[in-house]
Order: sequence, then structure tokens, then C-alpha cells
Amino acid sequence: MSVAHRVTGTGLYLGTVLIAAWLVAAASGPAAFDTAQWIAGSILGRLVLFLYSFSLMHHMVGGLRHFVWDMGKGYEPQTRMAMAKFTLVISVALTILIWVVVLATR
Amino acid sequence: MQSNSSMRTPLGRVRGLGSAKSGTGHFWLQRVTAVANVVLTVIFVFIVVALVGKPYPAAIALLSHPLVAILMLLFILSACIHMRLGMQVIIEDYVHEEGMKILAVMANTFFAIAVGAASVYAVLKLSFGG
Repeated sequence: MSVAHRVTGTGLYLGTVLIAAWLVAAASGPAAFDTAQWIAGSILGRLVLFLYSFSLMHHMVGGLRHFVWDMGKGYEPQTRMAMAKFTLVISVALTILIWVVVLATR
Repeated sequence: MQSNSSMRTPLGRVRGLGSAKSGTGHFWLQRVTAVANVVLTVIFVFIVVALVGKPYPAAIALLSHPLVAILMLLFILSACIHMRLGMQVIIEDYVHEEGMKILAVMANTFFAIAVGAASVYAVLKLSFGG
């Protein structure tokens, strides 16, 4: 899970280039924005967005565990396992929730 | 033991300096931005989801709304600081050759600032009327 935190963190790090590019496209005018939206809506674009949203949720929920550890709690083996499972279940649930809302509102 | 010609005591010169020469500053800023990111990430996701399928004028209207723009700026700032610190830890853990390490940490800083500057520029340009 510690490695997962680093992997998702690195994914989010690299993905900020795409967020910056998307924002710059929006600021550049309708043509650039439409191109960016077309890329984001393509199959590859959606795959990247899906992985990005999952990484974001996983890194966020995984980070909550670090707050618990920072307070000097949750170091027992059972608690650590429970928090690892919690991270996975909640991050998957949040990712699904995001995409259900996206697909329902588009 | 080095002779001490300075007015400062040896303890005074090293107090607060870890091996990273910055004490707990790195650790603490990582936590502060982490707390901010939890709130700002949720807001960011709401903003992005609200933008899905919106035509250009509507998308621009939302992104240039003062409240949305300010929250986007805070998210960009906090995220860029957080990711720079996080990547620095990864570099320090895996890159052991001193010269490469310094270059990688420097490149990491340049990357974070470049991404942050581009994003902030875009949000401000949209906010101040494109």
C-alpha cells in the first residue's frame, strides 16, 4: 500500500501536465478547447481520465491513513490491514460514484 | 572535531538541521498541503464533473466564476507544493548518486513550478476575460 501511494502519487504528478494543458487550451479559445475536449472524450482519453480519477481517490483515501499514523495511532497489524482494505474499498467506491455521475449528466 | 572560530556554538549551528538541511519543514509542509488537498481535491472533482459535456461558453463561464477560479488556484498551489515534496522524497529514496540526485531534485522543482505557472496563468486569463 505504501508502494501504491507512491505509484498513484507519481501518476498524479505526471497527470498534472494534462490538467495544465487542458486549462491552457480553455484559456486559448474555442478551437483549442474543443480539441482538448475531443482528446479527453476519446477512448484513450477516457482511460487516462479513469486511471487519473482512481489514482486521485486512492491517494486521497490512502493519505488519510497517514494522518492516523501521524497521530501515533493505527500501527497494530489488524488495524493496518483494516485501513488498507478501507483504502481500496472506499477509493473504488468513490471512483465508481464519480463515473456514474459523469455518465448520468453528460 | 573542527575548531570553532564562530561565535555560534556547534550545537547552535546544527540545531534544527536534519540530513536534508531543513529540519522538519519538509515533513510539516507535506502534511499541511495534504490536509488542504483533501478538501480542495473534492472541490476540484466537483468542478470537473460539472464541466463534463458543457459547450465552450458555459465551461468558460463556470471556470471564470470568482469562487471557482479562486478554489482552482488554491488547488493548483497546494497540489504543486505537495507533489514537489512527495517526488523529492521518492528521488532521495531511489537516486543515490549525489550529482544525479541534485539534478533530479532540481528538475523536480522546475517541473512543479512550470506546471503550476501554466495552470495559474490559464485560470487567471480566463478569469480576467480571456
